[in-house]
Amino acid sequence: MSIWEFANPRNFMRISGRMLPWFAALAVLTLATGLIWGFFFTPDDYKQGATVKILFIHVPAAMMAINAWIMMLVTSLIWVIRRHHVSALAARAAAPAGLTFTLIALVTGALWGQPMWNTWWEWDPRLTSFLILCLFYLGYIALWSAIEDPEAAADLTGILCIVGSVFAVLSRYAVKFWNQGLHQDSTILKVGEEDPLDVAYYVPLVISIVGFVFFFIVIVLLRTRMLIRARRLIALEARERVG
Amino acid sequence: MPDLGNYAFAVLAAWGATLVLMGFLLALTLVQARRARYALALAEERIAARVQPKAAEGA
Repeated sequence: MSIWEFANPRNFMRISGRMLPWFAALAVLTLATGLIWGFFFTPDDYKQGATVKILFIHVPAAMMAINAWIMMLVTSLIWVIRRHHVSALAARAAAPAGLTFTLIALVTGALWGQPMWNTWWEWDPRLTSFLILCLFYLGYIALWSAIEDPEAAADLTGILCIVGSVFAVLSRYAVKFWNQGLHQDSTILKVGEEDPLDVAYYVPLVISIVGFVFFFIVIVLLRTRMLIRARRLIALEARERVG
Repeated sequence: MPDLGNYAFAVLAAWGATLVLMGFLLALTLVQARRARYALALAEERIAARVQPKAAEGA
């Protein structure tokens, strides 16, 4: 099966309809396992105490906030280059999920930062780039709603997506570019290095991340299907008016 | 329920906000998806009902 089969709305509806229940089941299973394990069955950290439990929602949400924008970038590029409508609709479908993950990362980060850094907010490179990413998500959603012609909307939001991807990448690597903020570097990939993430946190965290990925896939599939139906409805109504 | 000590507010508020936001996104998506499916089904029925008498007339 080629990925381009998804470009045909009829094929997309058929294949995604078959895949949705499986992804939904995997999302429920992995989210429930990762979150319940992370909240109820992990010990307090020797430095951060019980606030370490925020790790299991903050890190997956922050990762998915960036990954959702990268996915939107890829589908927007497919639209710009190959003019497949489903890819433009998939980009649009991913935006509310990306915005939700960005808000979760910002809110949980502030709640975690207050007891640990003694401040809710700091104009730190990673925090600031995340705030800008959040504004890009809002702008992207607003732009789609503001333009009536769907092709023009897809073109303009595609360009916005390409511009915003600079901030998505900055959000990920900000702590490496500017080593001056409060936010620490990623500890997930620090296996074998000094002060790595303990295995007691590592396994439930990875399961939570997988759960967030499946949750994102379910939301994108549901929303893309909804947008395809909405577009078909507009086409039918236009045909009705004419004939 | 684990003992969260002095950090109970931070931890519970963070988890609560996350569950509320994800639940809201899921609920909104399901409601919008159901509305779109229903509206499309209605339009298709309406068009089918309009096409059938014409086909009968033609026969």
